[in-house]
Amino acid sequence: MTHSLHGRLDDVTGDAGYADHPKRKGFFTDTSVCIGCKACEVACKEWNQVPDDGFELTGMSYDNTQALGASTWRHVAFVEKPVHPTTADLGLPGMGPPGFGTHESGLPQAAPAGEDQATASGDGALRWLMSSDVCKHCTHAACLDVCPTGSLFRTEFGTVVVQPDICNGCGYCVPACPYGVIDLRKEDGRAFKCTLCYDRLKEGQTPACAQACPTESIQFGDVDELRQRADARLAELHDRGVDVARLYGRDPEDGVGGDGAFFLLLDEPEVYGLPPDPVVTTRDIGSIWKHVGAAAATLVGIGVVSFAGRRR
Amino acid sequence: MGAKAFIELWPVLRQLRGADKLGRGSAVMSSRSEHLRPRTTTADRVVDSVCPFCAVGCGQKVFVKDEKVTQIEGNPASPISRGRLCPKGSASTQLVTSPTRETKVRYRRPHGTEWEDLDLDTAMDMIADRVIKTRREFWEWEDDEGRRTRRTLGIASLGGATLDNEENYLMKKLYTAMGAIQIENQARI
Amino acid sequence: MAEAHPVGFQWVMEAKRRGATIIHVDPRFTRTSAVADLHVPIRAGSDIAFLGGLVNHVLSNDLDFREYVVPYTNAAAIIDERFLDTEDLDGFFSGFDTERGHYDPESWQYDGTEAAPAAGQRDPAQDTGPHGSSPDGGDSKDLHESAASESHGSGGPPVEGKPPRDETLQHPRCVYQILKRHFARYTPEMVQEVCGIAPEQFRQVADALTHNSGRERTTAFCYAVGWTHHSVGSQMIRTASILQTLLGNIGRPGGGIMALRGHASIQGSTDIPTLFNILPGYLPMPHAAQHQDLDSYVEGDAGKTGFWGNMRAYAVSLLKSYWGDAATAGNDFCFDYLPRLTGDHSTYNTVKGQIEGRSKGYFLVGENPAVGSANGKMQRLGMANLDWLVVRDLQMIESATFWKDGPEIATGELVTEEIGTEVFFMPAASHVEKAGSFTQTQRMLQWRDKAVEPPGDARSELQFYYELGQRIREKLKDSTDEMDRPLLDLTWDYPTEGPLHEPDGHAVLREINGTGPDGRALSAYTQLEDDGSTSCGCWIYCGVYADEVNQARRRKPHWEQDYVASEWGWVWPANRRILYNRASAAPDGTPWSERKRYMWWDAEQHTWAGSDVVDFIADRPPDHVPDEGATGPDAIGGQDPFIMQTDGKAWLYAPLGVADGPLPTHYEPPESPIHNPLYRQQNNPSRRKLDHPANPINPSYSEVFPYVFTTYRLTEHHTAGAMSRTLPYLTELQPEPFCEVSRRLAEERGLTHGDWVTIVTARTAIEARVLVTDRMRSLRLGDRFVEHVGLPYHWGPNGLTTGDSPNDLVNVTMDPNVYIQDKVGTCDIRPGRRPRGPALTSYVEDYRRRAGVDTADPTNGRTEG
Repeated sequence: MTHSLHGRLDDVTGDAGYADHPKRKGFFTDTSVCIGCKACEVACKEWNQVPDDGFELTGMSYDNTQALGASTWRHVAFVEKPVHPTTADLGLPGMGPPGFGTHESGLPQAAPAGEDQATASGDGALRWLMSSDVCKHCTHAACLDVCPTGSLFRTEFGTVVVQPDICNGCGYCVPACPYGVIDLRKEDGRAFKCTLCYDRLKEGQTPACAQACPTESIQFGDVDELRQRADARLAELHDRGVDVARLYGRDPEDGVGGDGAFFLLLDEPEVYGLPPDPVVTTRDIGSIWKHVGAAAATLVGIGVVSFAGRRR
Repeated sequence: MGAKAFIELWPVLRQLRGADKLGRGSAVMSSRSEHLRPRTTTADRVVDSVCPFCAVGCGQKVFVKDEKVTQIEGNPASPISRGRLCPKGSASTQLVTSPTRETKVRYRRPHGTEWEDLDLDTAMDMIADRVIKTRREFWEWEDDEGRRTRRTLGIASLGGATLDNEENYLMKKLYTAMGAIQIENQARI
Repeated sequence: MAEAHPVGFQWVMEAKRRGATIIHVDPRFTRTSAVADLHVPIRAGSDIAFLGGLVNHVLSNDLDFREYVVPYTNAAAIIDERFLDTEDLDGFFSGFDTERGHYDPESWQYDGTEAAPAAGQRDPAQDTGPHGSSPDGGDSKDLHESAASESHGSGGPPVEGKPPRDETLQHPRCVYQILKRHFARYTPEMVQEVCGIAPEQFRQVADALTHNSGRERTTAFCYAVGWTHHSVGSQMIRTASILQTLLGNIGRPGGGIMALRGHASIQGSTDIPTLFNILPGYLPMPHAAQHQDLDSYVEGDAGKTGFWGNMRAYAVSLLKSYWGDAATAGNDFCFDYLPRLTGDHSTYNTVKGQIEGRSKGYFLVGENPAVGSANGKMQRLGMANLDWLVVRDLQMIESATFWKDGPEIATGELVTEEIGTEVFFMPAASHVEKAGSFTQTQRMLQWRDKAVEPPGDARSELQFYYELGQRIREKLKDSTDEMDRPLLDLTWDYPTEGPLHEPDGHAVLREINGTGPDGRALSAYTQLEDDGSTSCGCWIYCGVYADEVNQARRRKPHWEQDYVASEWGWVWPANRRILYNRASAAPDGTPWSERKRYMWWDAEQHTWAGSDVVDFIADRPPDHVPDEGATGPDAIGGQDPFIMQTDGKAWLYAPLGVADGPLPTHYEPPESPIHNPLYRQQNNPSRRKLDHPANPINPSYSEVFPYVFTTYRLTEHHTAGAMSRTLPYLTELQPEPFCEVSRRLAEERGLTHGDWVTIVTARTAIEARVLVTDRMRSLRLGDRFVEHVGLPYHWGPNGLTTGDSPNDLVNVTMDPNVYIQDKVGTCDIRPGRRPRGPALTSYVEDYRRRAGVDTADPTNGRTEG
């Protein structure tokens, strides 16, 4: 068995030493049906007992939690983009004279094919993009690779989880994350992020955000099955002329080996505040890990510290 | 825990012996992680409820442990909501366990500048006395055109849209027997 | 809908996934617009013009569903020759009493209908019915003030029998032709001038709607307070009803008009009302002018056709549930124990009475009028002038603390030490701390089990009112005063349970359901008798405890049933999920199409079949013709699907029951920046005003108040905020009050995104941060633009985050049918924060002076047009 730090890796869970393991679990977040209700943010906080993140009116549309962080594990971005009638990149016929095509079903197409968060409105068209962001649970998770304590680890579900009983707040993981997801909680000192509701998964339950999501924008399941679902949805949108639709984080060949939590977007990733081409930050530091013994030595030391801590 | 067992738990040992040679998975799983269970499965009981916010009527499941609500989430069986909740419904646990909830009777005397404490039983008795007094003071057998009205305009009530049918029923029944007619709720607001 | 009812919106998204076209009509571009196919920005308050334009489009292009319209509606009915339309009278219908400001509906009737009985209408607002007069001989104004139109919540008002019909729809006085003439001026060009909707976009909506209606397809409308909160609110909804009826979208799957109500049991609190004008099941509160005994109370309905013909049975059964053995045939079943109305006793008029010292005790029960009601100042002035106030809530709300931190304390208009109101704050139990039923927005009762005991002194309302009643009765038990008899004779003995000795909610629900002579729970309202042998606390809920089982507690998972899911909860009436579903079949009883099959006549079994409970007499065949002179349910013909209407037909034209006219007519909101383009009459002539110095109205088309404002909710908050801005997880999502404006408006007034602004009306000025956004559209009306200021209204002085309350800006001018205020008004908006202290009062006073507002005669001025 190889222990890959980058590139395609089909059995990330097995790679992490789980002989018999459930299928890799993840999220497919289809932003085209997101209504920006933020149920995911609240359901996540209620379940995981995450503290509030401060009360600040940001003026960034309806986004007042701003970004993922130690106390925001699901974050809904809101992007307002006016579209002028002449702009054709949405696949919108715009506001030409009325004369409607017909669906295969015989249903007259009354509106321009204002597809999903891009709507003809008055004398123009407007897009209000909403997207619920979350930890990507990367196939190659740099946060995990750099964690000196073994706090960050790969679970039997293939997800990446911080073990709060181990974390000592060193913060190495924070700059390592190519998405800027993981962060230290100031009042607490330790690192926190989405666990994909690790505890719920152990009982076969759906993560809190996905269970709450009213429109099935957040879909939970086996990653391989979710990838098929995402491909089908993308094809459906492309068929309907929504050429701007694209998948993000779905490709197992990308810089992080594909994400366990991936997305269907309706614009460039940057528009949503996502890096266009994320690369696992530990890609080129494989040499550090060449000598497993060295790494293990580190772990021995830290292991003692953490056990000692836990016995308190 | 014996020394041997303790040693066995060391991640490095598990790492060297197991398949997780890089120590990024099973080898470093902590005891907490291993024994983690969702509080939905450790609840003493699960109670069927309905979201208290808007009128969609989403099904909720209320998880109770040691007589405390530990989690409220959507009920997948509901044909209305299929287990889903909006942000408000998702905040229901916080709603019912909020530390800023008032749980003691508060009393402000006429012209008072601060709240005072008041015993619940005393408060109930005082309110009953106020109702009787105001009802008598503002009782009206007939209006100014001599038509029989059998009522009081001295007492009014506002509220009911967030309450149960059974509560609204008792309210309207009691108010009507009192002769109070200015009974209103959010439906008109 | 995505904003305020996100989980309900899942079904819209599912429909969209299956190819449905979603159209969103709203002044703002909201989260609903974001996923709709088409967003139609509309000037707030102009919906009748828009919907009327659609009605005109349907009628002038013969796009109505004629096979549905002729048999199922009153399109063919012929109207009295004295009826004159707004076309004839420039914005008025015949029968308007200018002095009293209301209509006499006499000339609106069906042609040749018999004179009504001299007294005893179920509907005192339309006091006399055709050709009649009230018993005291007067056409007195207060009869019009009893909001009795609302008592039609479960059925239409009574008319005299069935009208003459012309099924060719050619008779010039038939409803169809009247409708056609009435709406002829609602052209696409007029829609643009009134609503700011371009003709091309109007046409898109019209085509989508008409193409998606008929045998094979149905269209649904959903609305919320965007329609109800207007001085013409009832008529907005009526316009949609006319449209949906013309298109054959009523009583059929995927059709209808859905009211998205905003509170967990706001439907229940209307059915079993805590409302002044009705008793349970939409029975009217008796009116002093007409209802001095049971006979006169039911006379307007007794002997009528349709199910309201049994009103006496419903009323007697209610009286039996209230007064039990004390209610006998000999004493008119204690009818005299019911207090009588003499006019408008609605919440805003009550507040006026409080300010004027006529009402001294006040219960607030899970409601926060200091923030949630229009014109917050009036609310607080009223509360500051009470003897006592009881506030029951989960959190310390503004309505309990106005005496120390209300805005009027800051301005000096009120002084804490001078406020004599005694305040009792009584902590309430939450929804998981009590068992009971909510009725959600589709009339479905769902039972909640109790999870935990309430903390500390917190108690349920069930317990509070039960114990309050017990204490009052105990204190009065030796009274011989006749005024105390209704309290002492009241049936008020419920089993209690648990450590707090709470009354058993099941027992109360069973009383609501009703019991028969054998003491067993009844199973249907058709079992109710008028001889005192049955009791029933709310006739439309009869059946919720059928077979001694709490039917509202049924929770069969949806995956174990078909899509109608009739074994989840219980829907009034009779567990019927779609009302008027006889109309889902063609007149001959066959489905309109396979695709829209729902209920149909099974000739072999001689019964109506389908997954739902038929809204009809189950064994009445489609070809049934009632006997001449039949009354009550016997008079319903086989092709009369609208069984609660006395003529069995859907009313395109309302000959009775709507206070401001038999047909909807566009009038401008009481405060508007423009002249009414449709008629010389500017405002709804029957709108209900609230004359009070604290309720000054901005003059129409005032340059001092050039912008339209409208208030609304955000997904992240709940109404007046007590259940949301007290919770960190919701507060952080929308942490501060703000307003929203277009770029054009921001430029015009020099407003900077994110900065503070002040919004001013004749009532007061508030401050908020401003979001300058493309989501707010500048609407072009003819040669001018109209701008909106959008105001989420969830904040007040208390809670985790605080701020000014937008409802303080709203004036109180009401719909004449239901007395709901108009949330649309005009305002000015300026950069910077508002003045503090007494400077605020003089700042607003200066605006009033410049605008020419006369606080001594606040609702007059130039509003009549």
